[in-house]
Amino acid sequence: MIHTSSTHSTSTFVSRTLCRYADTIFKYITLIAGLIILFILTAVTVFLLIQAAPAMVGDKNQTVWAIRSLSGGRTIHFWTYVGPLIFGTILTSFLALVCALFIALGVALFITQYAPRPLAFILSHVIDLLAAVPSVIFGLWGGLVLVPSTYPFWKWMNTYFGWIPLFSGQASNPPRTVATVSLVLTIMILPIICSMARDIFQQTPVLLKEAALGLGATQWEMIKLAVLPFGKKGVISAAMLGLGRALGETMAVLMILSPGDLYSWKLLVASQNQTIAANIAAQFPESDSAGVSVLIATGLVLFVITFLVNIAAHHLTGNAIHTKQKNNIRHPLCINKQFIRCSETD
Amino acid sequence: MQRNGLITSPIRSLRSRQYHDHAMTILIYSTACLALLPLIAILWSTISHGSTRFDWYFLTHNMKGVVGGLYPYGGVLNAILGTLLITITATLISVPIGLFTAIYMVEYAHGGVISTMISFLVDVMSGIPSIVAGLFAYALFSFFFGPGCINGFVGAVALSILMIPTVIRSCEQMLDIVPRDLREASYALGATKSRTIINIVLRSSLPGIVSGVLLAIARVIGETAPLLIASGSVSFTNLNLFNGRMSSLPVYVYNQYAEGMAVCSASARAAVHPCIPGIRMERAWAAALVLILIVLFLNLIGRFISHRFSVSHL
Repeated sequence: MIHTSSTHSTSTFVSRTLCRYADTIFKYITLIAGLIILFILTAVTVFLLIQAAPAMVGDKNQTVWAIRSLSGGRTIHFWTYVGPLIFGTILTSFLALVCALFIALGVALFITQYAPRPLAFILSHVIDLLAAVPSVIFGLWGGLVLVPSTYPFWKWMNTYFGWIPLFSGQASNPPRTVATVSLVLTIMILPIICSMARDIFQQTPVLLKEAALGLGATQWEMIKLAVLPFGKKGVISAAMLGLGRALGETMAVLMILSPGDLYSWKLLVASQNQTIAANIAAQFPESDSAGVSVLIATGLVLFVITFLVNIAAHHLTGNAIHTKQKNNIRHPLCINKQFIRCSETD
Repeated sequence: MQRNGLITSPIRSLRSRQYHDHAMTILIYSTACLALLPLIAILWSTISHGSTRFDWYFLTHNMKGVVGGLYPYGGVLNAILGTLLITITATLISVPIGLFTAIYMVEYAHGGVISTMISFLVDVMSGIPSIVAGLFAYALFSFFFGPGCINGFVGAVALSILMIPTVIRSCEQMLDIVPRDLREASYALGATKSRTIINIVLRSSLPGIVSGVLLAIARVIGETAPLLIASGSVSFTNLNLFNGRMSSLPVYVYNQYAEGMAVCSASARAAVHPCIPGIRMERAWAAALVLILIVLFLNLIGRFISHRFSVSHL
């Protein structure tokens, strides 16, 4: 009897120790998974640098040849090669951002402030589905449907607004131009901005809104007084994220834009600009190893640009996003602790 | 708060304020209508153009021996299988990493230095342009296995770079909304922390995690640029992830589009199985239709699961 009891207690002791170890092991597994993230990002930077190094510090002669063949004999210097690409990337995505921001704000306000609940539900899901459409389908649609069908519109813009430098020049037909690309990019980043803006607007304190309405404000004045100031930071960060997406977009640009290598503002003329991402995808399959390392170096430039944009988004709204993801997400008033003190458990 | 409108409003007449209100209402309603247009247009184009070539033959044949617009019209089987293999591999890589990181962030690190850093890095990682992810995978493998190492697995690594942040974010949210009471009840019964996490927290947030993973898959399954660089394309069906190029649906769509119109002679057009000049565009649309069906299916399933089994319904 004593014997069995003692083995029993040993076995529970063993299993308890195991459990304790299991606990520690489990904790360290999760920690390692977290550290892998750190490792991956370091690896991304390091390997891109390793592969891009020949283009920056390696055999000058080879690099010169690679850049000359990539740029079609235009230049032999890396920065004069990548300059117009940076310009084209920023131009297309910035135009897309400007267009998308206003539409997205309108849709987000419609969903949160105007629409009846069922309609809002359907519309927000439709917008989310738009975000799910693969970029290659946007490219295909843009290249085969949008390009032929938008020419009359661009022609009209060119005729009546040609005095604005952006719309000057001879409108190209087919319009494989920055204008069409920006239109497609607008559609692509619209859902991102819209869904973030929607989430922020939804968390506007009801008290603020009712206070504005109670003072006699109209619906629009209420939005201007309560909703927009409350969501300002979130909207800016949403815009930054949308910009980041547009900067890195490859396929839509590659499939629609007729590339060029100029610092040109003529949106309606083809063969003016090219973006970094589309340039990589277009040139990569036919490049030798020196050419590949130049392209990877341009990819590194793109990485740095999007990194800076994302850091800016992170810094501008560190608070707005992080409070949103904490436990108190369910209570709309808890988003900003200045308004109402919220207990941790809620 | 009052600096914007109410201070100046006494100067404005009530009529002008109402006029403003109506104008803005109309504007906002019209943007909402405008936002619906692209999705409808894209779906309509894809379905109407894609249905021409979308049939059983197209789904069950690959592109081997297909020349120009001539008779064996070819199909998309190689691309479908490639996409499935690459995406499944990417999922197998990213779900464990993503899930465990999310567990660490929610359950173990309570706002420590490491957790702040990881959270920041996840933000940075979710901003990596897809083509840079492809370049990274290519650079990584060509560093270890020599230049020109392009196969399905490289593509899967590229996709998992894009997938991990999405998985972490959605898992984190799902773990976050598990009520604290459940965890405390489990501790009170004497369960250890790891057991509580596995048996209580993960189990009650499982539907949310599954739906998050499905949405993440739907997001990366349509990625083209990284696969264009890291996996390439090939005309026959390649089922070996580690050897040789591997087609995928998005790259297939792009390649068909990029190759342009086929050249057909008059006699070939009059043959029993005619030469079709626009065959590549038809194939591109049909493959796009397959892709969009897969993506929409995954999305609907994901949303259905998260809607039906969300924590509030427990």
